[in-house]
Parts: sequence; structure tokens; C-alpha cells
Amino acid sequence: MIWAIVRNGFRALRRDRGAMILSFILPIAFFSIFGAIFGGMSNSGTPRIRALLVDEDRSPASERLVGALLHDPSLDAHTQPEVKKGEPAAPDYTAASAEKAVHDGDAPAALIIPKGFGAHPIGFGQAERAPIRLLHDSSDPVAGQMVAGILQKDAMTSLSGTPVRDAASNSMGFVAVDVRDVIGEKKQKSMISFYAAGIGVMFLLFTASAAGGSLLDESESGALDRILSARVSMTTLLAGKMAYSALLACLQLTLMFLWAAAVFHLDLFSHLPGFIVMTVATGFAVASFGMLLASVSHTRAQAGAIGTLLILTMSAIGGSMFPRYFMPEAMQKAGLLTFNAWAIDGYTKVFWRDEPITHLAPQVGVLIGAGIVVFLIARRFARKWESV
Amino acid sequence: MTLSVPAVPLRIDSVIKRFGDLTAVAGVSLVVPERACLGLLGPNGAGKSTLIRGIAGRVRPDEGSILVFGEPAGSPAAGAQLGWVPQELALYPLLTCRENLEAFGRYQGLRGQALRDGIAWCLEWAALADRAGDVVKTLSGGMRRRLNMAAGLVHRPRVVLLDEPTVGVDPQSRNRIFDMVEDLRGQGATIIYTTHYMEEAERLCDTIAIIDHGRIIAQGNKEELVEQSFGRRGDVLMRFASSVENTAAWVAARGGTLDGGAAHFAITQPVEIAGLLDAAGRDGLEVMDVTLRRPNLESVFLHLTGRELRQ
Repeated sequence: MIWAIVRNGFRALRRDRGAMILSFILPIAFFSIFGAIFGGMSNSGTPRIRALLVDEDRSPASERLVGALLHDPSLDAHTQPEVKKGEPAAPDYTAASAEKAVHDGDAPAALIIPKGFGAHPIGFGQAERAPIRLLHDSSDPVAGQMVAGILQKDAMTSLSGTPVRDAASNSMGFVAVDVRDVIGEKKQKSMISFYAAGIGVMFLLFTASAAGGSLLDESESGALDRILSARVSMTTLLAGKMAYSALLACLQLTLMFLWAAAVFHLDLFSHLPGFIVMTVATGFAVASFGMLLASVSHTRAQAGAIGTLLILTMSAIGGSMFPRYFMPEAMQKAGLLTFNAWAIDGYTKVFWRDEPITHLAPQVGVLIGAGIVVFLIARRFARKWESV
Repeated sequence: MTLSVPAVPLRIDSVIKRFGDLTAVAGVSLVVPERACLGLLGPNGAGKSTLIRGIAGRVRPDEGSILVFGEPAGSPAAGAQLGWVPQELALYPLLTCRENLEAFGRYQGLRGQALRDGIAWCLEWAALADRAGDVVKTLSGGMRRRLNMAAGLVHRPRVVLLDEPTVGVDPQSRNRIFDMVEDLRGQGATIIYTTHYMEEAERLCDTIAIIDHGRIIAQGNKEELVEQSFGRRGDVLMRFASSVENTAAWVAARGGTLDGGAAHFAITQPVEIAGLLDAAGRDGLEVMDVTLRRPNLESVFLHLTGRELRQ
């Protein structure tokens, strides 16, 4: 009797593709993503930390230290901005341009070796030394500390043999470092906008897939036939469904950020224009995803299974579950194929970096552009519902 | 001078529709005049649904044409004249009756007073005025059926396609739906009605078309169809007090057949019954029961398609 029940269960499972995907493919896909991020497929996959170097001292000691940092395998160090092939080399970073670059998110950290550093580069304790300035972006809490550690290691290896100023204490490290957070020092900020955007986009995608699924419900109930036999074209119907889904997404994001403002003191109201622009673009993009999912699926159950697989995968590599800077470089790039990454980057620019609305052009452009393309693909697949 | 001929509500001309190797509709032609009620009968898979969907503009014929008041099916002009009530409950289950009617009215392009009038008429016609604010999923099966019909008629079309509107409803609700259809006819609508219930077709339709294997195999009113299939023949059933063995030769000698203890004779004139009774008396057979049965639509359907209607 029990065997009959077990056998029926497996027979039903074998014919339910959605359940098969959720049972076997989704766990393996997730395991692979997390494994790639945290397990390290190989050491070569470990992310190198991007750091900008400014040598104001130009002394033999400072040049040795810069050389060591440039060759450190854990760092992706640069003394000047990268330029495209064929363009003239850019001038070296200055303290100001490096700080701006960190502020704008080009790199999570910059090291500025001040004038006078070479006179007494290393020492221990409180002795008077010209400290290296470490500027970092606290939206990446790991990078600053990593760069500080690597700096000490490279100083130790490259500057050994140089005069030591004071050996009374080792509380300051091998070289003196003055650490400063270029983002968070002006006002108290938190990572709350990142989480509001990250979690928000993930759930928006679920909501959009459910809203798109109403097309499949209507197809199954016959309501879609009835609607299309009236004066409603497939394009109008799809656009209407997408408009509803986009508005719903905007409402959800608004509620989420209002909650963040009320409970977590997110400074929403002084960032309102950027928030509105990003919310409209994000809502539009996720709504198009819902339409595509519905139009490529044959049943609601199928849409649910495919949707769950895609949304969780996109959210994992797109940075909704954990920041993308934790990920290997290849995966960070793969994340750019998701709506999540572009939305999170945009909200981070608004709330974290206080960037003007014009700086949102890449994010808004990608979200709106991709949304239009995805909608057009969905419209193409929706031909299956038109007259045959 | 040219004389303009008024367009008929529905003209189907040599329509063929294929799905791959399957020919679902194989050259159907039909003309439905104004205020007529055409019953479209056919076994499952006969091509009824494809034809209905073709009239509603959801299926494009490979050959031939379907015109609604002279306008090609599927065009906005044809859609404005046509109300389609699909077999499925094609409603929004989480909206109220009024909200459903409003939605489908708007999809038909109604606005303002015309929309309000359409909704009010539908609620009254479907006897749902007192349930207007109730969510569909809380309604009984019969009420949902009535709302399903009403949702196809908010724009007050002149041609109405009713695709098995009484499927799955109790006898009381069915009678109510019959009243609604008769009311609709009384208001001048032209109706195309598909059903699996012969008594519905007999009660509601003045013309019946029987479709099988994608073709119209018979068309006319009930009497005409019976006449076409059986001529003027009637079926006389006789039961005898004597055993079957004793009567078999007698029945066979008079062109009858024995079936389940009863003798069947095909006659064309009622007076032939008297002849059979006289002969039985002369030959010493005691007749227990005599029944004259005229063929009905069920017999016609069986005769033409070789299948029961509900198969």
C-alpha cells in the first residue's frame, strides 16, 4: 500500500516539469552560484581588490612601496585612470582625483603616500611619521580593511632595511596609516538603501511574474479569448498588463523605501528625484520580465517554476542576496546581465554616493532599454494567443 | 440605379480551416437570417467549436469567408455587432458582477452612459441586480453561468453566439437561462446556439444545423430534418402475449424486426396499423400493446452521424 503511494508520487513528479525543476535543478543552480562565490572554484577566481595609488613623495622608499603594491596579486592597483586603446595615457591620480574616483565608486579604496613619507617610512608606535592616507568607500566594508592589511604586508617586504623611527610600540603597524571613509564621513549612513533595493527588486520580480501569470489564468479560463474577440488587440492587452505590473512595482518600492525611512532613518526625502527615476525604471524593467515569463510559458505552474528558478538565480548573481563585490570578477560581470544589478547600482548612486540624477543615465538607460527589448520579445511570443 | 441588399446577420461561405493534417471545418456554408435562432449540433470533434471561434474572429479560415452583417469576422465592425458567450466561465473571479460587466463593456469600447445602461440591462436580464456587488467566486454555478452570458452582451450585440450555455447547471437554472434566451429573441437578437441537449435545441431553435466531420450534413427545422432522414415513416412497436419464437416468423413475413421482445414495423400511413392488428387477429396472435413512434431529433442525429449527441 505504501509502495503504491510512493510510486504514484514519483509518477506524478516525473510528469510535472515545474516540480522537477524546483526539486533538482534549482538546488544545483543555487549550490553552484554560492559555491562559486564563497567556495572558490579556484584561487584564480578570488576577487582582486581594486585600489588607486597616489605617490606624492616620489622618494625611493615610496617608489619601492608603490612597486610592491602594483605587483601584489591580491590587488588590482592603478596609478592612473584606465584609457581605451589608442587614447593618450591619462595623468597620474592626484589625492583629489583619487578621492573623487573612490567617491564615485570607480574603486573601493585609494592609498595616498604623502610628501615626507620617505624620510621615515617605517616605525612602530606613536613616533611622528607622515602617515599614508587610506581613503575607502564603506559601502564595501571588506575592501578598506583588506587594503590596509596588504599595505602593511607590502611595506614590510619592500621597505625592510630602512631606518625605523621608534620601536616602543607596535600599536600603529609597520607604516602609519590614516584611514578615512570618503562616503560616510559627511553624515551617518547605513547599508539600508542597498538592502531596500536588493530585496525590493527580488520581490518585485516575483510580483511581476505573478502579475504576468494572470495572462495564463485568463488564457486557461477563456477570458483571454473573450477579451481578444472584443476591441482589444494583443499589444494593447500586453501593454495594459505591463503598465499594471510596473505601477504595482513602483508602489511596492515606494512602500519599502518609506518603511526604510521611517524605521531605519533612510534619508529618502532629500533623494526624492533620484529615487523616483530609479523606481520608475526598475518598475518598468521588472514588469517586462513578468510579461516575457508569461508569454513563453504554457501554464501557470510552468511559469511559477521557471520564474522561481530565474528570479532566485538573477537575485543571487545580481547582488540582491549579497553585495556583488564579494563575487569573483567573472561573476560580477555576469551580474550585469540582471535587472537586479543595474537597479541596485542606481539606488546606490542615489542614496550612497549622492550622485546627481544625470549620473543615473547608464542604469536608467539599461533598465528602460532592456525593458523595451524584453517587452518586444514577449509580444512576439504572445502571438500564440492571437487568432490562428 | 443599384439596389442595396441588406446584409444578413451571419453569412458563412465555403469555410475551410485546417490545423496541420486535420481539417476541422471542411467547406461549411450557412446563412442565418435576422431574428433567427440557429441550433448548431454536432458530436465532440465535429468542428462546432472551430466554426464558433471562426465567427467570433478567433480562428482565421484558410478558405472562404465569414461575414457578420457584411463585415469580416474579427473586424472591429463585426465585433461591435457580435456577442460571444464562450462555454468556459470566462470571468474575473475576484471582481464583482458589476465590475466584470464594466470590464467587458470597456473592452467593447463602451464609455459613460452607454456603459452604465449596458450594465444595468445585463444585471436585469440575468436577474443579478441584487447580486451586483458580489464577488464572482461567491456566486452559485447557475449565477456564474448567467453572468458569463451577460458579460458577452453588455454592448447589446445584434448577433449572439451562445456556446453550450447550460453546461453543468441544475434544471432550475437551466430553465432560467432558457427564459433569458427567449427574452433575447423577443428583443430581436439573432442567435447561434450550440448544445449537447436535444430538448434545448427543440425548444429554443427554429433552425437546426447538424455538423459532423467539419461539414453541415443536415439543416432545417425539426420537421424538415425528420422528413429528410426518415421521410414520412413511423415506427410501430407491437408486443404479443405469445412467445417470441411463435411470432418471429409472422413478424418477418410482414417486413418487421424483433428487438427486445417487441416487433418493429416501419409504416408511412397510420392506417397500416389497423392492417397489422387485423392480420394478428386472423392468425391467432394476441396483441398486448401497440405504440406508434415518430422519429425525433435524437433519431435524426443518430441516423446521420451514427453517434449519440452526447458522445
